Amino acid sequence: MTLLSVRNLGVRIHDKPILRDISFDLEAGQIVALTGESGSGKSMTALATMGLLPQGATTTGQLMLDGTDILQTPESGLCALRGDTVGMVFQEPMTALNPVQTIGAQVAETIRIHTKASRSEATRRARDMLNRVGLPEDRFPLSRYPHELSGGQRQRVVIAMAIALRPRLLIADEPTTALDVTTQAQILDLLRGLVDDFGMGLMMITHDLAVVADMADRIVVMQDGAVMEQAPTADLLTQMQHPYTRALFAASTHRPDMPPPERADDPILTVKDAVRDYPGPRRGLFARREFHRAVDGVSLTVNAGERIGLVGESGCGKSTLARAILGLEPLQGGSIAAFGHDIATLPPALRSGLQVVFQDPYSSFNPRHRVSRLITEPFHLLPRPPEGAARTQAIAEALVAVGMAPEDAGKYIHQFSGGQRQRIAIARALILKPDLIVFDEAVSALDVSVRAQVLDLLADLCRSHRLAYLFISHDLSVVRSVTDRVLVMKAGRIVEEGETEAVFTAPRHAYTRKLIAAAPVLPDLKQGKTA
Amino acid sequence: MSRNLTLGIALTSVFVLAAFVSFVFTPYNIEQLDIPAKLQPPSAQHWFGTDHFGRDILSMIMVGARTSIAVALLAVGIGMGLGIPLGLGAAALRGGWLDEVIMRGNDLVFAFPSLVIAILITAVFGAGAVNAIIAIGVFNIPVFARLTRGAALGLWSRDFVLAARVAGKSRARISLEHILPNIANLMIVQGTIQFSLGILAEAGLSYVGLGAQPPIPSWGRMLADAQTLVSIAPHLALFPGMAIILTVLGLNLMGDGLRDWLDPRLRILRT
Amino acid sequence: MLRYALKRALSLAISLIVASVVIFLVIEVAPGDPASFMLGVNARPDTVAALRSELGLDVSKFERYINWITGMARGDFGTSYAYRSPVRDMIAERMWVSLPLAFYALTLSTLIAFPAGIYAASRRGGAGDTAVMAATQLGVAIPNFWFAMISVLIFAINLRWFSAGGFPGWDKGLWTGMKALTLPAVALALPQAAILARVMRSSLLDMLGEDFIRTARAKGLTRRQTLWRHALRNALIPVLTIIGLQFSFLLAGAIIIEQVFFLPGLGRLVFQSISARDLIVVESVVMLLVFAVITVNFIVDLAYAAVDPRLRART
Repeated sequence: MTLLSVRNLGVRIHDKPILRDISFDLEAGQIVALTGESGSGKSMTALATMGLLPQGATTTGQLMLDGTDILQTPESGLCALRGDTVGMVFQEPMTALNPVQTIGAQVAETIRIHTKASRSEATRRARDMLNRVGLPEDRFPLSRYPHELSGGQRQRVVIAMAIALRPRLLIADEPTTALDVTTQAQILDLLRGLVDDFGMGLMMITHDLAVVADMADRIVVMQDGAVMEQAPTADLLTQMQHPYTRALFAASTHRPDMPPPERADDPILTVKDAVRDYPGPRRGLFARREFHRAVDGVSLTVNAGERIGLVGESGCGKSTLARAILGLEPLQGGSIAAFGHDIATLPPALRSGLQVVFQDPYSSFNPRHRVSRLITEPFHLLPRPPEGAARTQAIAEALVAVGMAPEDAGKYIHQFSGGQRQRIAIARALILKPDLIVFDEAVSALDVSVRAQVLDLLADLCRSHRLAYLFISHDLSVVRSVTDRVLVMKAGRIVEEGETEAVFTAPRHAYTRKLIAAAPVLPDLKQGKTA
Repeated sequence: MSRNLTLGIALTSVFVLAAFVSFVFTPYNIEQLDIPAKLQPPSAQHWFGTDHFGRDILSMIMVGARTSIAVALLAVGIGMGLGIPLGLGAAALRGGWLDEVIMRGNDLVFAFPSLVIAILITAVFGAGAVNAIIAIGVFNIPVFARLTRGAALGLWSRDFVLAARVAGKSRARISLEHILPNIANLMIVQGTIQFSLGILAEAGLSYVGLGAQPPIPSWGRMLADAQTLVSIAPHLALFPGMAIILTVLGLNLMGDGLRDWLDPRLRILRT
Repeated sequence: MLRYALKRALSLAISLIVASVVIFLVIEVAPGDPASFMLGVNARPDTVAALRSELGLDVSKFERYINWITGMARGDFGTSYAYRSPVRDMIAERMWVSLPLAFYALTLSTLIAFPAGIYAASRRGGAGDTAVMAATQLGVAIPNFWFAMISVLIFAINLRWFSAGGFPGWDKGLWTGMKALTLPAVALALPQAAILARVMRSSLLDMLGEDFIRTARAKGLTRRQTLWRHALRNALIPVLTIIGLQFSFLLAGAIIIEQVFFLPGLGRLVFQSISARDLIVVESVVMLLVFAVITVNFIVDLAYAAVDPRLRART
């Protein structure tokens, strides 16, 4: 019998249609991936399967799990199913655990509420499960609290909780999105191993097509609350029927058409042995404060017109370095100079040559100002900022350069989508025609299709503006597609540096090799699935 | 606009209006004593009855509204006027010595039972409306300072503030241009709540004789005068009490309603 | 945990020292010399000087501060200007009314607020929630001394269940003492209970929206189970802060309530001392109240650590 059979599932929340006519099957021992961009309804499908839809939701259709229709089961029956027949793993491991309970108690709770196991029996089984998910007793006793664990370790605890009773179906909603690539690879291995060992069905929700292609037996592509296409992985990858599927895969492997570099031997940014310490906790009441060294003796040079990438996992110090380069953080050692002048005392006239685009398009703008005021903020650096018609002209030029309309100047930021906001952020960085822009994870928060457009915009700007930039990202494939030279950062240090293609095809440092190996890559679609 | 907000604004306006009308009109002159008409229960002539000097309670409540509202409003003004700049400064210089001094000072003021210090201030400097305003206002300062600092710290780590710093703007200018407008809603809501607490505190101080002094009428002192007579003339305690309750209720409903209307995620302090 | 406690203790000591300086300075700037005030306008200058020396007023301000502080630390609060009796005994006698009253009220407030807040949160948006929220809206708005007057009118004068005021003393038995403090404690507790119930409710609702609650639901816990097992303990952290702050409001609020019920507590002592310009008593009582409040907040800080393992680990 089919483990999970979804037929014509429809969900409305307060009369707003969220899901329309969703149908798919999932067998025991099978991995089915639901994929699509944000707002496609993939997470809502997972919550519907758990019977955890938000209040005010009404459903139609059928959702048969192991012979029971979830949509017709009363709440008490659902409570008996959840954790026992179906378990779930969520996206954000940092907040998914109760901060004031030990990990042992939280895993044992799943066992205690569904079985008559005694406290010691439940504790013993919790121990077994934690061992199984790779948290051995000597380093991870049951008495640990969540705050003592890293994100990847917490995700393992959440998985242990979800599989403690060996449910027949496991739902994983973006289980690795918040994790680094090397951790992601380990968690994906763990999930695959559990499916094999327990014969579970796994419903995997993810936006990452490389992960999908790598993990799934079957792929369901969703958009705007409906299924666009579904097929076994190998078939879908070789013969995509639906234009949306093709567009989605094309966008995620998109390589913008970068103009050849026009670099000159004119160093506009020089970082020499930069050190940035953060004060850590004191060990004793009167003991000396300890320091966490976020940036540890970094040196780098950016020449005019050069496009440089900086890659590394979260916490490696790349964002701290970016802020130090922008003069937002003081250094404890070494020096940073832009245009031959120390960054801390950079005169406004020179500072205007250095601009930035941040990651989060939703926090990058003061919600109370209009676009015209937002993108002219750098005018503060000019001795005599343009006024009247000249100002309007400058605003219009900057907006047009990033593919927006001059009329957008009068609007507020909440009227724009994430991708449009990131264009406006680039307009703000461009308005003074700077020599160097720092992109700090500037496309990481965007959906693949929007990301592809922003990367194309970047290529256009390189053609029209002769731009140098420092492109900071955790995403190796994006860095590879838009930079000429790349630096790899680990634990505050630069471990490898070189021409981008050379580093990616023949990495010299072990860490770079590990990073590249861990990053899931879409198979070359023209030749079908090779691996 | 929610029902709470409408009701809150309506209740508050009644008393604010009464205070303004009392400058030009009251049903009776409250400075004229009419001993023969003393302690009358509510009637067609005297809607809320008369006190032990024969004064019209409704007229006294109208004039008393001025005292309550003025004292509480000025106390909120002191709290906002000093607390918000202190909080903005502490957040802008996070971790610096000024931040440390401001926050420790805040903790210290919080450690004093507010009414005790109000009593101390009025005891040392004399009882009166001005000292009541200062005493209540002093305790509004840490409320606004703490709230401002907390909200401002959250904004300082936002990318749009970093962008302003990259544009070379000073911390003071960023505080005024980017931080202040984004905490204004929170301050308006908290100001409404502190206004209501000020009305209660003023009533308490006048009740123990440390607020506005005679002949200025105040709701708290009307209740103090009523205390010995409450068994024979309950209306003496009932109406001034209702005036306080309805004003405070109105302001609280308005504060909560404004919060829900402006931004339901705002975290206000309640103590 | 020990380091956390030590750190809090250090900050407690600093707060106390700064508070004592502030109180001393405020009393210092008070106009009028206690000795001349006690002896009247016609006193001979040498008599005044003799009394000043007897009261310890003839030394420098700094010495007077040190004498006051070291005296308090030894339990010697000085001698009342007005009654010429040890301040310590005067305070000790009044303390036996004020402290039990504050704790009585705090207990009542907690006992009312916890069930009300939890109930409202578990019935969010329902009729029960609306009723509790309306009641708390009213509770916050009622001045406690007005509520006290009205309850005296109803329960003492009309129904004659309680006496209208005064305190018979604990030597008449625990029950008699408690009965005399009941109306004052209820009057003090109700507004505080209303605030606490609101904080409890909103704190619980915040927690119920957290990710770990969704995780718990995915394990198969019912809504009710997630509230009791996961949300409540996390929700206690802000609630504890408010309880700590409320203690100071109850001590201070007691000063007014003592006036309504003619209770011989610290509040009445302060008022009597102010009108007699017996400033050494005022100074000592205020210092004692501040000491009590700071100590309670210290205990609250320790309670945080008991609730929240993250604090035990941190600095």
